[in-house]
Amino acid sequence: MAGRVSTPLLEVQGLRKAYPGVVANDDVSFSARRGEVHALLGENGAGKSTLVKTVYGLLRPDDGRMQLDGRVYAPASPHDARQAGVAMVFQHFSLFEALDVAENVALGMEVPPPMRELATRIRDVSETYGLPLDPNRLVGTLSAGERQRVEIIRCLLQDPQVLIMDEPTSVLTPQEVAILFETLKRLRAEGKLILYISHKLEEIRALCDWATILRHGKVTGSCDPRQKSARELAETMVGSELALPAARTQDPGEVALSIAGLTAASGAAFGTELKDISLEVRRGEILGIGGVAGNGQDELLAAFSGESRSAPDSILLGDIPIGALGPNERRALGVLAAPEERLGHATAPDMSLIENAALSGRRRMGMVSRGFVNWGKARAHAERVIEQFDVRVPAAGSVARSLSGGNLQKFVIGREILQRPDVLVVNQPTWGLDAAAAAAIRQSLLDLAGQGAAVIVISQDLDELMEISTRFSALNEGRLSKPRDTAGLTLEEIGLMLGGAHDLEIAQGASRPDRAVGPGESAP
Amino acid sequence: MDLGSINPDLLVAALLLASTPILLSAMGELVVEKSGVLNLGVEGMMIVGAVAGFIAAVESGSPALGFLAAAAAAAALALLFGVLTQVLLSNQVATGLGLTLFGLGISSLMGQGYVGIRPPASPRLELPVLSDLPILGPVLFSQHALVYLSLALVVGVWWYLRSTRSGLVLRAVGESHEAAHALGYSVLGTRLAAIAFGGALAGLGGACLSLVIVPQWTEGMTAGRGWIALAIVVFGSWRAWRVLLGAYLFGGVSVLQLNLQAAGIAIPVELLSMSPYLITILVLVIISSDKRRAQANAPNSLGRTFHASG
Repeated sequence: MAGRVSTPLLEVQGLRKAYPGVVANDDVSFSARRGEVHALLGENGAGKSTLVKTVYGLLRPDDGRMQLDGRVYAPASPHDARQAGVAMVFQHFSLFEALDVAENVALGMEVPPPMRELATRIRDVSETYGLPLDPNRLVGTLSAGERQRVEIIRCLLQDPQVLIMDEPTSVLTPQEVAILFETLKRLRAEGKLILYISHKLEEIRALCDWATILRHGKVTGSCDPRQKSARELAETMVGSELALPAARTQDPGEVALSIAGLTAASGAAFGTELKDISLEVRRGEILGIGGVAGNGQDELLAAFSGESRSAPDSILLGDIPIGALGPNERRALGVLAAPEERLGHATAPDMSLIENAALSGRRRMGMVSRGFVNWGKARAHAERVIEQFDVRVPAAGSVARSLSGGNLQKFVIGREILQRPDVLVVNQPTWGLDAAAAAAIRQSLLDLAGQGAAVIVISQDLDELMEISTRFSALNEGRLSKPRDTAGLTLEEIGLMLGGAHDLEIAQGASRPDRAVGPGESAP
Repeated sequence: MDLGSINPDLLVAALLLASTPILLSAMGELVVEKSGVLNLGVEGMMIVGAVAGFIAAVESGSPALGFLAAAAAAAALALLFGVLTQVLLSNQVATGLGLTLFGLGISSLMGQGYVGIRPPASPRLELPVLSDLPILGPVLFSQHALVYLSLALVVGVWWYLRSTRSGLVLRAVGESHEAAHALGYSVLGTRLAAIAFGGALAGLGGACLSLVIVPQWTEGMTAGRGWIALAIVVFGSWRAWRVLLGAYLFGGVSVLQLNLQAAGIAIPVELLSMSPYLITILVLVIISSDKRRAQANAPNSLGRTFHASG
């Protein structure tokens, strides 16, 4: 891009938005131009989402002004924003699973054409931008990447001037990310402004022309991210040094848990069936299971935890068959699990931390005698978790719902780790957490493996799995790839393990010129 | 026993009429639930419609005014539920149950001076030529206008939900209120409108009972039909055509078992009386036995409280 000389398309001045107890945006100002991918960079809770929700008309600012194309811009609702040419792709998809693609698109448009015409236009736009999509499919049957395409096409059909993307790559495979970047670059060439929210630094350095960095609701800097190193960006964003986990242990022990030929249907309406899963995990190792959301992660966790049962011999703990046992019997034997959804699945939202500690630990921590709960022991367990895992909460009697995501996750993981499991299975342990909390949780998982437990981490965050796991495997449409040692895996190999990008039009090589090495190429 | 005393034409004609109150209420509840609201007050709204329609028809002498009053009164009651659950965020199950108890109580209070009175007769719709056809005439073309209205409503609701913009928004609100809100649709407005519509239909259903089928006012005359309507919506897995089937099945078996009782068949009366409930639920359970498909059609936000937090 030829510097930052042209007049701004979107100008934000002195924006302020306060909630009871927290100022989400404080005197935020920035300006962005046509034909620019403009990054809004910051940790969770830095105020990025509040800022773009204000631009999209979902929130009214307490103070401050915005200008769009030289005119005053004060959208009272998303309808106003869309009419002014501002469209948004949401972080948590704003899609309706029981409706089909065309219906979902129609809901996001101001004046949708008749359904048949809309279906044709969806096909046209999806071909133009290399995002294949069938308008008649139910959204509930689509993968995360395909769902995002629905959202993007919904926006593009309205020919917006400004496209807001809220953490678009968090659920995509590397190949899908490459496709998305191609699409965004094409939009940039058409002169559109893309506001790109992320906390992934490498991504921003690869894609964005300008970055505005936020911390605690304030703008702490703006720069051309291609001119800065990831470390410099991180320091502006976090304000302190990141704690990286210690090195992993190297010598795995005997096999702690093995699964052979497990096949299980899903209990949910749009769930994924597990197909012929086989794996073994050894003491002292962390087995990382990657994969894009909706490929069987929830079903796999349920198979480990005992929520869904199978043939007795399909799962062996050492040589004890546990496939037919329920969660309580498995917990008693030392197989513990922490599911993805913290509120409602891992914890009962309206019960206190003490009660939640008792719910998972009553067998292993000896909290029950003759049918009565020993609340003293339950409280002691909860307090030990709070202390050792730095859970920031006024008292152990606080209800689970009142904790922030990061604090609750530290409690959930700590609650299981302190029960000294032989096998611990966690799903998305650091999803949506800020860097400090995520690092603490990863470290505690490494420590647990170091003490000789077998740990299985199911996660969509590849960086996380590369960082902590000894071996890596991927879930794709309910099938588990053969685990491989993490050391020495390349990004391309991981992408192939994750699979799923073969129906995309743009070839992988074209999108990564810096990595692709042509067959006839030789070093100069 | 004299099965010959049962006249098939009259049986079918009676079936259509007997099913109408349940069909009307169930279509209303279908729309309400598709918008994501669980209103358990159908029974209460029906009986308030029955008494309000009866009073208005007796006082004015016009059955048409009676039906209007029934729809308006029940819609007003439904909006009370709407304000409590949608604006004041009360629990939908408890509030709905309260609405039924309230409706039963206030209807018996309102109807005290009207027991034993005959309402003005509401004439059947006599169509020239068609009504005089043998067999088909009395069965299909000589029914009360409400029967045709209820059938038109089944088609209308099905078409509205499937093909119109506002029907799509209604389904979207019921499917995921957060996502609908994020796209800028009014969750509150959509739901209040659906609740009022459901109330009006339940009221019409009640008035159909007190002005056409019985026709007089007795306390508690809806006798659980509101609950059957609720059950039909769920077991019909929120599809207009299955709801129609369920309502006619219930009405049909009700009429048939009355005829069988009159004919003196050798089955205990208790068994015959419970048969409509049993058979309707059984059939609907069987046709919607594919749990995953039924689940996919269920409104995802059903019964969940929505509070726009920004």
